[in-house]
Amino acid sequence: MAILVNESTRVLVQGITGREGRARAKLMREYGTKVVAGCTPGRGGESVDGTPVYDTVVEALEATDGIDASVIFVPAPLVKDAALESIAAGIPLTVLVGDRVPVWDVMEIARAAERRGVDFLGPNTLGVLSVGKGVLGMIGGRAESARSWFTPGGVGVASRSGGMTSSTGYYLCRAGVGLTTLVHVGGDGIIGLPLPAVVRLFESDAETKCVALFGEIGGSQEERVAEMMESGEVTKPVVAFIGGRAATKGVRFSHAGAIVEGGRGTHAGKVAALREAGATVVDAFDALPAAVAKALEG
Amino acid sequence: MARLSEFTGKRVLSDAGIAVPRGTLATSPAEAATAAESLGGAVVVKAQAWTTSRAAQGLIRFVESAAPAGEAAAAILATNAGGFPVNEILVEERVAIASERYAGIILDDRRRCPVLLISARGGSGIEEIAREHPEAVAELPLDVVEGLPLHAARELWRRVGVHGEEQRKLAESMVRLVAVARRLEARSAEINPLVLTADGRVMALDCRITLDDAAVFRHPDLGIDVARELGHPPTPLERIAWDVEKDDYRGTFYFLQMCERFGRGQRVVAFHGAGGGGSMMGMDALQRHGFSVANFCDTSGNPPASKVYRAARILLSQPGVDGYFGTGSGVASQEQFHSARGLVKAFLEEPLAVPAVVRLGGNGEEKAIEILTGYTKSLGVPVECYGKDTPVDVCAQRLEELVGSSTPPPPQAPRRRDKPVERPYTFKTPTGEVTYDHAVCTRCESKACVAACVPQILKLDDGGLPVLNVTLEEAARGRCTECLACEVDCRALGAGGGHVRLPVPGLDEYRASRGMQ
Repeated sequence: MAILVNESTRVLVQGITGREGRARAKLMREYGTKVVAGCTPGRGGESVDGTPVYDTVVEALEATDGIDASVIFVPAPLVKDAALESIAAGIPLTVLVGDRVPVWDVMEIARAAERRGVDFLGPNTLGVLSVGKGVLGMIGGRAESARSWFTPGGVGVASRSGGMTSSTGYYLCRAGVGLTTLVHVGGDGIIGLPLPAVVRLFESDAETKCVALFGEIGGSQEERVAEMMESGEVTKPVVAFIGGRAATKGVRFSHAGAIVEGGRGTHAGKVAALREAGATVVDAFDALPAAVAKALEG
Repeated sequence: MARLSEFTGKRVLSDAGIAVPRGTLATSPAEAATAAESLGGAVVVKAQAWTTSRAAQGLIRFVESAAPAGEAAAAILATNAGGFPVNEILVEERVAIASERYAGIILDDRRRCPVLLISARGGSGIEEIAREHPEAVAELPLDVVEGLPLHAARELWRRVGVHGEEQRKLAESMVRLVAVARRLEARSAEINPLVLTADGRVMALDCRITLDDAAVFRHPDLGIDVARELGHPPTPLERIAWDVEKDDYRGTFYFLQMCERFGRGQRVVAFHGAGGGGSMMGMDALQRHGFSVANFCDTSGNPPASKVYRAARILLSQPGVDGYFGTGSGVASQEQFHSARGLVKAFLEEPLAVPAVVRLGGNGEEKAIEILTGYTKSLGVPVECYGKDTPVDVCAQRLEELVGSSTPPPPQAPRRRDKPVERPYTFKTPTGEVTYDHAVCTRCESKACVAACVPQILKLDDGGLPVLNVTLEEAARGRCTECLACEVDCRALGAGGGHVRLPVPGLDEYRASRGMQ
């Protein structure tokens, strides 16, 4: 099982002829991901390390026996058009790796995805990795690192920080707790699949027994996970760490934003909401592996 | 988020057809007095500072004529707003008010769209109003493409009890406000208070507009020179840091000063994070060990060693820190030895005079630790480096022990290479220049640079001296990745003939102005 990506996911890489796209496509393949096609406007007919390149996403779709996910490696100003193209073609999942994508572009992408009934992950995401099955994006860096850091097991990891996605996964595995899938939802305020959506996927994944969350101050994702636990939509144990306790003093939130979200977004508020809903929230990140191990037993 | 000053925000609103009071920007008491005179005497004098509750801090003052306006300006200019000086003052006509409302556009992370938020009560903080008078507040999610239909704006104001001509005028202003937010790609655009004047005009008396840093490049007309939400106007060092970052898209460098006035012994440290989540964890750990940070810094997204070097030099241009602390997530995808080389170059040049603890866990960490600790032994201060299996709290603990036990070494002159080069061999890099002194290289037995060069663009020529194996143009265009091995490894393992010059515009002048070498 696992979520979002597995060994049979057929992957398109948009921007495959670029420096980053080429390098990451290679790493994805080395980890076992099925990269079936690439797309770069104007470069159709070429091939990158054996992967055929098409001018448009629809052309790639017609030339293959189907595409389940597209990973976009293009500069931030070009992400909107690439994402709208993948969404319009009906690709079920689009991963926006790029950093610094303008937020009004992201809102347009979100609108298009909702209307087309497809998902996107990111922007500003390291992507998603299902242990031993496949990776969309760049979690782990080198394939051999990803193989040595992450071992299979029953825990799903969802994180708002890219680096902490790998860290959380690594420390869990070092403590003998294996993983199903690691998801970095992206560091931006407005994103495609936020923590609650990822937790929902873990809830319906038979292999995942427990969810480890790395949350952060700001926004309402952690509170929404708590709401889902309270409503009974999420029944699997959730163990969380919320970063940014020391940063709260210096960080300013838009007052208007705080009111729409009902005073949400503070470190204390997130910890309290999750605890009240029955999640285990650890105060020290180093305590996370033991807490997850305990949740798995109990 | 970059923020517009009240003055600039009002200019933008005015251009979009939303009335604002007549006003002038002043930077001195004399200018303020002149402005007051030309506005007819009775004015409001407002600090252009990024702080809330300006009135309570004496940063907004009402005066009746020109001379008191000058005095009010003098008092405001002498104030520190949130620890940073006030440099600009807005002098505005005073307006007779019939009613005070609130309107704002914010971006909602849950619904992933802009939301128009209004309140029939304005003036005070909107959170407070919503808590005490929820019936006065209403919101409307907007379609990001279609914007706000006028009829919907009228209905929204009706819901909070505003009727008649005022409702119609406010609704028109809302359509304009949404258009402004869309055009500027604002993260938020609030008008508070939004008033009806005694003579029946809708007018924005104050506004707060924040922009999306990632979209600032599409709005050169706004003249945003530092696209960062800093919480204060950019400091000189933040401007220097932004100049390093703005045109160099290789990785990310974020720098923000948290305090400027501190000295040795106050347990303030230079903080060098890598990645947002890991950085916040690092600051939390420092706080648990009784430290505060002089700055927030994040070099991540696989930056070249040159960017890490420049960041470190900027961090070390904060006199009075008791230590240098670096950490990322602990398990970085990027190769960590690049950061190690950047730090080594900066530490040696400075030279570093306080203990440093750096956690460089992740890909290539063994090599990173070897470089950072092995190549800095000549400094006379402890430099410790740890990998992914050492928790960040242990690192903070180590810094605490080192800061408590180490005696600062006697001041040393910077070890930058400025002596003349006897037999130069030079090539340009994307943001700097590599110079070999082949007179020194002839004495070198290891030729460590050729093996250590990460992109492998060096070879030994017929005389056994290091030269490029690509063209000068290729090196300058990016084949040279500025890994810094040709200097750092050469200095440690070779004869010291290689040097990379990486200018940081404005930094030397800044350091001189602060009494640093």
